[in-house]
Amino acid sequence: MKPTIVKRDLVVDTALDQCAAKLTPEQIEKVVNEVIDNETGGRLQTYVNTCIHCGLCAEACQWYLSHDKDVSYAPVTKVKDTIWVLLEKKGKVDGAFIKRCSEIAHTECNVCRRCGMYCPFGIDIAYMMLVVRRICAKLEMVPLYLQDTVHSHAATMNQMWVKPDEWIDTLQWQEEEGQGYVPSARLPLEKEGAEIMYSVIGPEPKFLAQLLGNITVIMKVAGLDWTMPATAGWDNSNMAMYSGDFEIMARVERLHHETAQRLKVKKIVMGECGHAFRGAEYDGPTWMGWMKPPIPIVHAISFYYDLIKSGRIKIAKKAEGPITVQDPCNVVRNAGLGTQLRYIMNAVCEEFVDVTPNGRHNYCCNAGGGVINVGPPWKKKRVQGNRVKAEQMKRTGAHTIVTPCHNCHSGIEDIVDYYKLGMHVKFFSDILIEAMEIPEHLKPKEE
Amino acid sequence: MYEFVSGPLVWIAFIVFIGGSLYRIYNMLSSSKKEKVVFPHMSLKHSVASLIHWTIPFNNQYMRQRPIFTIISFAFHICLIIAPIFLLAHVILWDESWNMSWLTIPDAVTDGMTIMVIIGCIFFLYRRLTDPVVQNVTDSSDYLLLAITALPFITGFIAYHQLFAYKAILIIHILAGEIMLIAIPFTRLSHMLFFVFTRAYFGSEQGHVKNSKDW
Ligand code: SF4
Ligand code: SF4
Ligand code: SF4
Repeated sequence: MKPTIVKRDLVVDTALDQCAAKLTPEQIEKVVNEVIDNETGGRLQTYVNTCIHCGLCAEACQWYLSHDKDVSYAPVTKVKDTIWVLLEKKGKVDGAFIKRCSEIAHTECNVCRRCGMYCPFGIDIAYMMLVVRRICAKLEMVPLYLQDTVHSHAATMNQMWVKPDEWIDTLQWQEEEGQGYVPSARLPLEKEGAEIMYSVIGPEPKFLAQLLGNITVIMKVAGLDWTMPATAGWDNSNMAMYSGDFEIMARVERLHHETAQRLKVKKIVMGECGHAFRGAEYDGPTWMGWMKPPIPIVHAISFYYDLIKSGRIKIAKKAEGPITVQDPCNVVRNAGLGTQLRYIMNAVCEEFVDVTPNGRHNYCCNAGGGVINVGPPWKKKRVQGNRVKAEQMKRTGAHTIVTPCHNCHSGIEDIVDYYKLGMHVKFFSDILIEAMEIPEHLKPKEE
Repeated sequence: MYEFVSGPLVWIAFIVFIGGSLYRIYNMLSSSKKEKVVFPHMSLKHSVASLIHWTIPFNNQYMRQRPIFTIISFAFHICLIIAPIFLLAHVILWDESWNMSWLTIPDAVTDGMTIMVIIGCIFFLYRRLTDPVVQNVTDSSDYLLLAITALPFITGFIAYHQLFAYKAILIIHILAGEIMLIAIPFTRLSHMLFFVFTRAYFGSEQGHVKNSKDW
């Protein structure tokens, strides 16, 4: 088979560059075969042996479409340039090859699983890219910024090096912000036996603290019995799941669930994040052999859907003008929340404009799957790699895009910026907080 | 020669085809057990749903986006399987040696189906040669598989119309059919066997585990 022609701008990633130079052939061979022999089975073999080289999966991938159908971004090419060779050569490859594997699997694929829906055989290329990531991670070949978040998870049990006192400070500050809307709102910490534990991703207290204020108000208005942990275990995000360090992934997921158990809650409600849901609901429990999460996980979309549908939260004034949405792969294509998302969008927007393709057929934002976390060196490629998203958003004519996922939020903001779309990017709770009715008795007293 | 290819070799071909297929499937299932997730994720309901959605033409968004490919590919695969099984001349052979017979399709129809298979092969060859994505993942084995698939039908067509060298072509035709049978379990032609399983697994994962759909 002829080698793929790959044209890329040179990217300097110190971790990849330096580690690749140190890899020895023996080390690579050992790790590749360990992972293939011990962690994969009939599934991988069948995928590789069944693929009929038809190329139908190409049209699924936003990277391929956005790069004017550059073959090197097609899903099947990503497999050809990684797993096929690793299997065929039984791991006898060099450091440069592993570096290319990491570039492909960590920086050019969002493991969004769209291509699986376009392959007539349902061959799950995203799964194979995760196997490649696993091999890379075991060889310490992970892009610098992504590896930093993994270190943070390992050392602090949150993604952003948030210190324990900073966490509690932020919650207190946001409780006060929430009290600006509803003076009696509280953000209860460590309330054992509450109905709900609310968990968020690491970047929320760090960069998007207003979301914590929002939820304080929403919980009060809905009259719910909830709590947040004061200890580690509050962060539901999991970049180790995406780097391929599944041992650390499991530690993170375990602590998150154990914290909920310690607080004796009935369920975990999580903020607007796609990958966090995936990790807590699926990747974590399956890797640990639990298969299902011990405590039910409710994503923000379902949570708001229930609140609005049951009338616990009433809408006073719908948001004006055309507003569209980004369907996060991890909760729509891969968790089936598309219909609920449309219900809540219609409930809070005067004019909700849907995207095409939509729902489970939506294009990934290109930030997901850890791709935004590989950091600034790779940003240009990521944003250029999703022109189709910019075009799709532009077609809606909306002034605002709602993104019920943190990665999507940042990814879409970058796209809006780069392609000069002039649109706002908001979380659902940002819209809800403005649109919902605050009952008379909860409102601040006029002075 | 004719006696040999139409006698013992047929036996061998069928034994290898059936035995090999069973072996490959058994092997896949047992090595899939190694991974704890595979079987617990399976669900009959979602497997069937996925298979139905992917075996009815135009029954999913994706096929609607590619009408020409969908039509040719469906026609090709249906004709490829139906024509040889229900061809009168084949059924007569079974009848003569095993006293078994079943429904047959008129020769004119199977002739048309044969042409359809050949058209399909030409179409796939054309895609291999011209579509950049396909080109990039094509190697000699892909051409070989295409040849193995096309040959029984091309020779069958020539033999049926007795265009030339009837006896020799007939022998080549039988041989080509046997090669194809033997190749199915041991080459990527095995996608014919595995289609059901890969589809069922992805359908189950999307439907049963992830509450979504795969079409
Ligand atoms: S980004 Fe999505 S569509 Fe593209 S190869 Fe990866 S999983 Fe497939
Ligand atoms: S669509 Fe499926 S069978 Fe075809 S090349 Fe892609 S992965 Fe292989
Ligand atoms: S970031 Fe958003 S769109 Fe992208 S993979 Fe995650 S959920 Fe999908």
